[in-house]
Amino acid sequence: MTERIMSHPILGDLPHKEKVSFTFDDQLYEAYKGESLAAALLAQGIRTLRVHEETGHPRGIYCNIGHCFECRVNINGLDGERACITPVTEGMVVKSGKALPTTVRDWRKHHGK
Amino acid sequence: MGNKVIIIGAGPAGLSAAITLAEKNIGVVVIDEYLYEGGRLLGQLYEETPNKWWNGIAESERLLARAKELNVEFSLQTSVSDLEKIDQDWVLHTNKGVFHTKQLLLATGAAESPFPIPGWTLPGVMSVGAAQVMTNVHRVKPGKRGVIIGVNVLSSAIAMELQIADVQVAAITLPAANLLTINSSNPLEVMNSLLYVSHMAPSPLIKIGSKFMKNEILKKLGIRFYPKDGVKMWGIPIMLRKAVIEIVGKDQVEGVVLATVNIDGSIVPGSEKRIDVDFVCIAGGLYPLAELASLAGCPFHYIEQLGGFVPLHNEQMETNLTGLHVAGNITGIEGAKVALAQGKVAALTIASKLGASVTQIDIQQAIENVETTRANAHIQFHPEVLVGRQKMKEIWAQTLSHTLS
Repeated sequence: MTERIMSHPILGDLPHKEKVSFTFDDQLYEAYKGESLAAALLAQGIRTLRVHEETGHPRGIYCNIGHCFECRVNINGLDGERACITPVTEGMVVKSGKALPTTVRDWRKHHGK
Repeated sequence: MGNKVIIIGAGPAGLSAAITLAEKNIGVVVIDEYLYEGGRLLGQLYEETPNKWWNGIAESERLLARAKELNVEFSLQTSVSDLEKIDQDWVLHTNKGVFHTKQLLLATGAAESPFPIPGWTLPGVMSVGAAQVMTNVHRVKPGKRGVIIGVNVLSSAIAMELQIADVQVAAITLPAANLLTINSSNPLEVMNSLLYVSHMAPSPLIKIGSKFMKNEILKKLGIRFYPKDGVKMWGIPIMLRKAVIEIVGKDQVEGVVLATVNIDGSIVPGSEKRIDVDFVCIAGGLYPLAELASLAGCPFHYIEQLGGFVPLHNEQMETNLTGLHVAGNITGIEGAKVALAQGKVAALTIASKLGASVTQIDIQQAIENVETTRANAHIQFHPEVLVGRQKMKEIWAQTLSHTLS
């Protein structure tokens, strides 16, 4: 479990910010207005943002600054959005990335090939 | 919009260039993909001299306030996916539409190299820069207790930042040796590179130790007898004789497997030991983020001292393509202060082309300021950065003579 750093010896206290709410896989969460989706989720203990499209293994943030695309999620119906560079807005609907069908492989598996 | 200079990257180089141009009454648009202005300056926090802190957030705010006062325009959350030259214009394709400019400055900074280690895709494993941004910018702890893999300037600086924010760093260790971690997994190589950051170590032990270690034989002895549990810097064990060979966990990080390594980086069989952590940082070092220069058609050169492949450029921060300039870490990995100074050079070069009152002496002075800043830098990412800069100068001169002949 992670937590917010409310006071910091050098950077000072966290300024009071307006809160917004959003959903992640149909669960309601709160965020500070304008903070990144990845930060808002991590602050509430959510680390898995998607599963690998083929293997189904869990994935979360890696670079946190938009380079690596590991944190891609579906935001308001749009796939492949990066959670680390998207600010949370009121009522945002976020879905984790899901595994995709691997039709050729599945067919082979079911036909003993 | 076509008459304005466009700067890609709102980090130290981009902001400093924007301010310099705007001070010459030249219109500027700064494009950046991130949520806030400041680039990676935002996360920086270190004690330059006792009780004098370099606070990246405060520095960014100061630069931003100045830029806004001068009516610099910002287009944030704007990702540039392509650029091309059409007639005299550089045309940028972004998620917020098409931008045109005659004078373009690429100040895209750097990216981090990863170390692929078994288990590195588990949630809770992140680049060391990611942990820095979470902690200092978003003020969210990356976890309760972590391990940093990769012993270098960046990882030791960020380890201290995590500690200040009350995030426990159990150890800084080497990565397991594999094809992609060659130098970073060899204790002797790492020890060599560490000697250049010894001035940052508050522990007199390391300071004295590193002077002693400038001799090759003593260095080998030093690494052979280096304590297996590490030497502590700011209370964090720096383990030059241990490597993380696996990151373990079911759905997220639960621990790492550490093993003792021989001085050549090979694993001592049977020395594996698991420690519990809930996050892992991978610190593979920085390289210039230069894809846009590549798309534009700039020739590239691999210069190790500058951090990797760098687009051909001169001291005035021009590339060999008309209207295309570079500044900051895209030209080589150095600290934010050097980037600030380079941004000014690029801006003066551009301003002079646009007919502003800029003399060659002004540009020369700005170049000298880059050199002074480099010489006084608190953090040197590569000890031989000057050699790298000299190489680029020579390559530029050679290329130019070929073009002329």
